[in-house]
Amino acid sequence: MENEVNKSKLKLAIYWGAACGGCCVSVLDVHEHLFDIVAAADLVFWPIALDIKYKDVEAMEDNFIDITLFNGAIRNSENEHMANLLRQKSNVLVAYGSCAHLGGIPGLANMSTRESLFERVYETSESTINPEKTRPQTRVEVPEGILTLPEMYDSVLALDQVVEVDYYIPGCPPTSDRLLEVFTAIVSGSQLPPKGTVIGAQEKPLCDECERKKSENKLVKRFFRPWEIEDDGETCFIEQGLICQGPATRAGCGFRCIQGNAPCRGCYGPTSDVLDPGAKMLSAIATVIDADSPEEIAKVIETIEDPVGTFYRTSLPHALLRKKLFN
Amino acid sequence: MEYNPTIVSFLCNWCSYTGADLAGTSRMKYASNIRVIRVMCSGRIDPTFVLKAFTEGADGVLLCGCHPGDCHYHEGNYKCLRRFHLLQKYLDQMGVDKKRIRLEWISASEGKEFAELANEFSETIKKLGKSNIKEEMKVEDKKSPESAVHRPARMGLQSTVES
Ligand code: SF4
Ligand code: SF4
Ligand code: FES
Repeated sequence: MENEVNKSKLKLAIYWGAACGGCCVSVLDVHEHLFDIVAAADLVFWPIALDIKYKDVEAMEDNFIDITLFNGAIRNSENEHMANLLRQKSNVLVAYGSCAHLGGIPGLANMSTRESLFERVYETSESTINPEKTRPQTRVEVPEGILTLPEMYDSVLALDQVVEVDYYIPGCPPTSDRLLEVFTAIVSGSQLPPKGTVIGAQEKPLCDECERKKSENKLVKRFFRPWEIEDDGETCFIEQGLICQGPATRAGCGFRCIQGNAPCRGCYGPTSDVLDPGAKMLSAIATVIDADSPEEIAKVIETIEDPVGTFYRTSLPHALLRKKLFN
Repeated sequence: MEYNPTIVSFLCNWCSYTGADLAGTSRMKYASNIRVIRVMCSGRIDPTFVLKAFTEGADGVLLCGCHPGDCHYHEGNYKCLRRFHLLQKYLDQMGVDKKRIRLEWISASEGKEFAELANEFSETIKKLGKSNIKEEMKVEDKKSPESAVHRPARMGLQSTVES
């Protein structure tokens, strides 16, 4: 297939690991600019849109692909195999979206073991009838040959926990404006930032960009979940007792959730000086608690329903504690 | 051989560190497995420090600050207290025994109290046993128990047929 590809054009690949498909679709959200993209680049691999097989990718020379946007986390042996393969075939490998960047929503599966997930899905869920307790096998011999399935891993990993990553474009999904900016920069041949950089986002926290009214004295007597309170539409969410990830999240999305009157969930990940995104958020939230005695503090904290799911919603696999311990 | 836990402690400079120092200069014997890190104020103890200590192999983490009302930066120890409670709730959710962290107030004159606290906490951690956090959080070879033995050569979105 190499001869079908125009040599002067960039060769672009887009692939999904453990993802919801939203990142692939977000590429289409550039609307008519998609024509600019295909004018400057040939899409050599993109399972959501093009019928190109894994064996075609395997047949490519090393570094044949200029840029691969890899979205999705690493959840099974297929994801890992494709991450390795695309690393080998690509000059620049970009972790695209929260799941590839930090583990994303699929990463919350690290609060369960593979065994407990399988048991739920194949045995105990309300809609399952499976008296023989049949489970998918990674390999089975049938008269026609050997059937294989990818092997599910015990925990979810981000892309850079498996292969070397050149750049990160964060977001769940990344905003199409940022993608276009990055793409235009690459096509115009501008100098690429140092390897390992988060691109398509800023270095300051989201709160610096957010236009909601903030005061110095944030004091919270109890926290609410979004449906428990009527948002006034203009005051900082935290001051209203709603948990907003703005203080620990990198700006760049154009505070789109806040503009839609929803608190930030942290999908752009932390700024680069932060080692553990959730710990930073936990620290920020704890400081606004308006109570001094251990008993009162404990009462306020009771209203924080799910610390892991709240503070590490899109980043658990990259947290210092990347999965729950089962002793 | 008796198991000797590793305990990391963060002590505020003005009260607790001086208190621990007093325990030392007064030649009080206390558990030698406590590694002391001095911070300016207990309010400086970022929850990240505690998590990092655990992932680097600490079996227990001890936080000490000035008594309520005595913090040299007014509110630092209250901030520490609030973070401590939330951190405990989080650790519990992650399957880490919350007894592995402890927060106490130690003044500059409480050398004896510090020595007792150190011994007592060390006993608690000994009873809990060695922490497996460092081991479990490693990424390499932790993907699945099966993959070490068998990894299919070719993976496909659907089952692939090899002949
Ligand atoms: S916490 Fe949320 S609502 Fe408040 S300023 Fe930051 S981003 Fe805006
Ligand atoms: S506001 Fe927060 S959750 Fe929403 S897109 Fe921006 S970074 Fe993501
Ligand atoms: S100075 Fe000791 S706790 Fe703040």
